[in-house]
Amino acid sequence: MLHRLQHLLGLEPLTREQITFILDQSKPFQEFHRHPLKKLATLRGKTVALAFFEPSTRTRISFATAAARLGADVMNLQAEASSLKKGESLIDTVRTLEAMRPDGIVIRHSASGAPYFVAERLEIPVINAGDGTHEHPTQALLDALTIRDRKGRLDGWNVTILGDILHSRVARSNVHLLSKFGAHITLCGPAMWVPREMECLAPNIRRVPQIEEALEGAHVIFVLRVQTERIDEPALAAEEFILRYQLTPERLRLAQPDALVLHPGPMIRGLEIDPTVADGPQSCVLEQVTNGLAVRMALLYHLVGGAPVEAPHPAKEQSSAAD
Amino acid sequence: MRVVEKRQLLSAEEIGRTLQRLAHEIVEKSGGTKDLALIGVRRRGVPLSQRLASIIRTSSGVNVPVGTLDITLYRDDLSTVAPQPVVQSNEIDFGMDDRDIVLVDDVLYTGRTVRAAMNGLFDLGRPRRIRLCVLIDRGHRELPIEASFIGSAVQTSDTEIVEVRLQEIDNEERVMLVDRVS
Repeated sequence: MLHRLQHLLGLEPLTREQITFILDQSKPFQEFHRHPLKKLATLRGKTVALAFFEPSTRTRISFATAAARLGADVMNLQAEASSLKKGESLIDTVRTLEAMRPDGIVIRHSASGAPYFVAERLEIPVINAGDGTHEHPTQALLDALTIRDRKGRLDGWNVTILGDILHSRVARSNVHLLSKFGAHITLCGPAMWVPREMECLAPNIRRVPQIEEALEGAHVIFVLRVQTERIDEPALAAEEFILRYQLTPERLRLAQPDALVLHPGPMIRGLEIDPTVADGPQSCVLEQVTNGLAVRMALLYHLVGGAPVEAPHPAKEQSSAAD
Repeated sequence: MRVVEKRQLLSAEEIGRTLQRLAHEIVEKSGGTKDLALIGVRRRGVPLSQRLASIIRTSSGVNVPVGTLDITLYRDDLSTVAPQPVVQSNEIDFGMDDRDIVLVDDVLYTGRTVRAAMNGLFDLGRPRRIRLCVLIDRGHRELPIEASFIGSAVQTSDTEIVEVRLQEIDNEERVMLVDRVS
């Protein structure tokens, strides 16, 4: 079926229709957090393995909560406490998890492409929760849901992404998603973090060195965290970054009056974003978190739920039940 | 497999008259409209619940709250179907606690949809009472569930299908009995 996916590895290969389907399917789960009883039995008897080979707090808690609210059980693997420390290879670790028969696996890894590698070798659905500097698809989906809710539609906005774009998988996933919806994308940050190659990611994408110019006419602004853990080379001094690239109330006024400010978190107040902006009416930071639960519930429902989908086999005819 | 129409169970006019009767029965058996609320089960329970509310509004001048329930996440066959059915939103803008709820659906068959709907309602609160109103009761129950308000009870066989077609969804208005012929 057109809209149905077996895995969620990245947004680049997805169609507009597939993305719209996921966003539409997230809507029913948004109201869920207002229910007095926040527990469904929809995925009862299913198990979701969370394999986080890289530290994560918010994404892991969001996936674990989404799974729990759908009634699924969670297997938790954390990098700090895992056999990775003892030298086990990625494939041996995930095969060990698979031997405990989970119905799906959510994976985060510092190597770009790791979820693809795993998806090719396991029989169960794989969801990418962030791979190296490549993609973080669920983050871009929750951002898109937030924009669509606040602005009424997703198409055709001027989108400005600020900060360390080179190391940001959030930026890449957002560029892939939003450019499918006709966004005009402006990248702005220190030259070493906004290389020329980034312009090849999508059509209608430009690099602007001056933050004032980059914000002019923006409808949506993404502020990225400075990823100190991914940076080996001597970075820009914090004072200079603040001076040249911090999103301040004065700079925000250069954008459209109702421009949205999004941040994937964790937010460092006073570094990439001024606290007044972070707490202001244009900030969507907490909605992003709530929407993250809805998007992940929708994905788990569709990817992990249901009868196990047999891998397509040329010799075997597949019958698909219509609904 | 082919589907053939066997006979018409209700005409447009008969659907209208049946809904009039059901609306009056609901008000009468509830001793008024206090705490009363109608919940339509997607899809065809939704226009039916709205029509019942509009009849009650005309006859007793009261706006009975109406909501829409999607039972997809509460179905008991989800682990056997692939791909997963599409989920839709509930549209219920009133509290469930202490309400006198009438669930509205087009056809009562196995009772599994009603079981799912009750689970959905309980997640939203604790109604004082839940009753069921259906346009057609076609028998073949698989659960101990019965309707309090029945438009028309029809004898059917296992292979037959009762098709309720409503103006709001199907652009025509009648109830048909169809049969599967292999």
